[in-house]
Amino acid sequence: MDLRLPSKVLEHILSFVDSNEDRNSVSLVCKSWFETERRTRKRVIVRNCYAVTPEAVARRFPEMRSLTLKGKPHFADYNLVPDGWGGYAWPWIEAMAEKCPSLEELRLKRMVVTDECLEKIAASFKDFKVLVLTSCEGFSTDGLAAIAVACSNLRELELRECIVEDLGGDWLSYFPETLTSLVSLDFSCLDSEVKLSDLERLVSRSPNLKSLKLNRAVSLDALGSLLRLAPQLVELGTGSFSDKLDQEAVSKLSQAFSEMKELKSLSGLWDVLPEYIPLLYSVCPGLTSLNLSYATVQMPDLLELLTRCSNLQKLWVMDLIEDKGLEVVASSCKELRELRVFPSGAEGLNDTNVAMTEQGLVSVSEGCPNLESVLYFCVQFTNAAMVTIARNRPNLKCFRLCVMEPFAPDHKTQKPLDEGFKAIVERCKDLQRLSVSGLLTDKAFEYIGTHGKKLRMLSIAFAGDSDLMLHHLLSGCESLNKLEIRDCPFGDTALVANAAKLETMRSLWMSSCCVSFGACKLLSQKMPKLNVEVIDEHPLETRPDSSPVERIYIYRTLAGPRLDMPEFVWTIQKNPEIGVSHLAIK
Amino acid sequence: MSESVAAEHDYIGLSMEAAQMSDNKTKTRDNNNNKNDDVLNFKATELRLGLPGSESPERVDQWFLSPKSSCPVSGAKRVFSDAINGSTKWVFSPGSATDVKDIKPAVPVKEKKSSAAAAPPASKAQVVGWPPIRSFRKNTMASSQSQKQGGGDNNNSETEGEAKSGAEPCLYVKVSMEGAPYLRKIDLKTYKSYVELSSALEEMFSCFTIGQFGSHGGCGRDGLNESRLTDLLRGSEYVVTYEDKDSDWMLVGDVPWEMFICSCKKLRIMKSFEAIGLAPRVMEKCRSRN
Repeated sequence: MDLRLPSKVLEHILSFVDSNEDRNSVSLVCKSWFETERRTRKRVIVRNCYAVTPEAVARRFPEMRSLTLKGKPHFADYNLVPDGWGGYAWPWIEAMAEKCPSLEELRLKRMVVTDECLEKIAASFKDFKVLVLTSCEGFSTDGLAAIAVACSNLRELELRECIVEDLGGDWLSYFPETLTSLVSLDFSCLDSEVKLSDLERLVSRSPNLKSLKLNRAVSLDALGSLLRLAPQLVELGTGSFSDKLDQEAVSKLSQAFSEMKELKSLSGLWDVLPEYIPLLYSVCPGLTSLNLSYATVQMPDLLELLTRCSNLQKLWVMDLIEDKGLEVVASSCKELRELRVFPSGAEGLNDTNVAMTEQGLVSVSEGCPNLESVLYFCVQFTNAAMVTIARNRPNLKCFRLCVMEPFAPDHKTQKPLDEGFKAIVERCKDLQRLSVSGLLTDKAFEYIGTHGKKLRMLSIAFAGDSDLMLHHLLSGCESLNKLEIRDCPFGDTALVANAAKLETMRSLWMSSCCVSFGACKLLSQKMPKLNVEVIDEHPLETRPDSSPVERIYIYRTLAGPRLDMPEFVWTIQKNPEIGVSHLAIK
Repeated sequence: MSESVAAEHDYIGLSMEAAQMSDNKTKTRDNNNNKNDDVLNFKATELRLGLPGSESPERVDQWFLSPKSSCPVSGAKRVFSDAINGSTKWVFSPGSATDVKDIKPAVPVKEKKSSAAAAPPASKAQVVGWPPIRSFRKNTMASSQSQKQGGGDNNNSETEGEAKSGAEPCLYVKVSMEGAPYLRKIDLKTYKSYVELSSALEEMFSCFTIGQFGSHGGCGRDGLNESRLTDLLRGSEYVVTYEDKDSDWMLVGDVPWEMFICSCKKLRIMKSFEAIGLAPRVMEKCRSRN
């Protein structure tokens, strides 16, 4: 008797399975399930564009409609990856254009996207609907024009913090009058002014527009007329909030805001003047997300705003909020899930706001029972504060603490911050993401290795004493997926000893550490399923095995060594002349 | 493997000292690395991630010369503490040599607060990618400065790969006041004259009697404001002083407004009698500037 589930039935069942994690499990059951699953997967996510070839992905998922790709390692955000390293979108777009012309959605993060890429997208995918580029670079506004003019069913065009060569605001005028399908438009990262009349016409003919994020060049006055045309917006990113308006314009703007009954997310607010904050009061109670991280507004002007945001789940602010402001958040924003506090000063460490201390975060941890994600920049911290935070919030999933003074100890006891982070990893059993900072010894990493069993991503800078720490992490953190380290004395021994672990992780980044050239070669030999990239812009003339490398980026891959490496990236395959290592690592 | 890794490290205390001690102290400590893996040894002097010639070999941190520690981080740690205290430009490529100023231990912020008048210069360290703020944010905040400035100031619109230079004037300066329990921060660019500044300060610190900044409505021409402000400041119980680029404390009001906002790093409202000593230096500086 054939007990196999007919594939049509399986297909139907799978149409209800959205999660790729589940689908990955389904595909492991047996060959026929693998086949059925792969033919029905619509949404494909590749979190390291070099882990697999575009052709392999296209071959496996012919019915792909949505592709998400990530390119450069996370530390590229902080200029630690030299320009030209890689992460090119072109090979993917080219492959998909040929094999999956029904592709509708493309989401790229930290990739190099050129105008050629955008033109290719516009020309190849007839039903293209969604383009979301996050932290991408390499294209100009001309590329945007190509998308605008050709994609007649475009729904989403979002540029999130991209570096764009801005040749002017004309690109917006290329959206044809026949385009009425727009749901989301985000051009907040562009500099040039777009023509207001074009923008107004676009907004008026987009009845489904739910999300609009303007750039700074859009004036406050213009905002008023746009809001009147789109009161149905759920997400709004304003432009500059600082023009001087006359009384009539102000009351019109106030009226426009009060008509926005659906607004849940507010951002932008560049240069907001304190006298305009009251304009926002009417939308505050409905807000679940508020991004004030570019709003240079200080206390006490923020207070009135925050007390009204009782439904806030996500708050991004600058440290201008001070401890006092965070206390108000703790008492007013009981639904808060995510808090990010960015420094307001210039890069200098001494420049930040001293009226914001560890106490602010402690207050929020006390007052907000749903708080699960924290990013907190501050100048100093204490173990006691972290212990309190951990005790208050064992439900934390993401804890990123950036004490900006490297090697800063607990400022009250002068001890390392080991005990504080111990409390965090011990109590917060579901912690998935952790960034540590301040003065840390071996012990901190022993604790993390012992307790951080669900930890998937860990970021470390200027910490530690020895290889033992890396060993604790690699041998202890079972779920570890991404590890990024800079300026720590971790080196060869732990790395080579835990080489097998590296195949279970997505990637490992180490820069300005103590990894020797020899160890890199040894790892490359031992672990063929890893790409071991040595990224060194200033290599020594002769590279003895003992010489340290500037950066090493190791990731598992099915694709083998990549073909687009620049000359400052060394791998044993690309540079066979560097020879195998005769290093004996104990 | 484990044994050699676990054996020798008992420098928990030293790791703090390594970062904090003055470079003049030579570090000598037991170097338990007489193991057989000397393959990874190399002289720290061969590698210069810091500035060529900026440190002498005998100041090399001996603690780091173990098999695992023949690495640039010893240099990095040391250079970093130099960097935060000595305005050394620390990037991957060898930069130009600068003076390494007196090394001051990395003290917690509250210590700095208590001795504002004698505080060492707030130097800006240039370490690539630290603090970890996205380039986009950095560029945006920097261009926000230059936008407000109206292009009249230092050109900081170039966006290099490295962290931005600290040459542009501070957007925010701290304002402290004698006897006040907290500091405030203000954005100097939101004011166009000393009069605006003084009324803002008065508002900010009004709960502490500042004295007669007074209601001098109708101050017309800017040219008058500076000297008038100085006069009325000198007449009152408190004066406003500022720390300039050269780390000198000066009386607010003696230089033209534009020059003031370029050079002001910190403001402090102190009692008049404390500020008397500042006057002669102020005169000198003004003379040398004019």
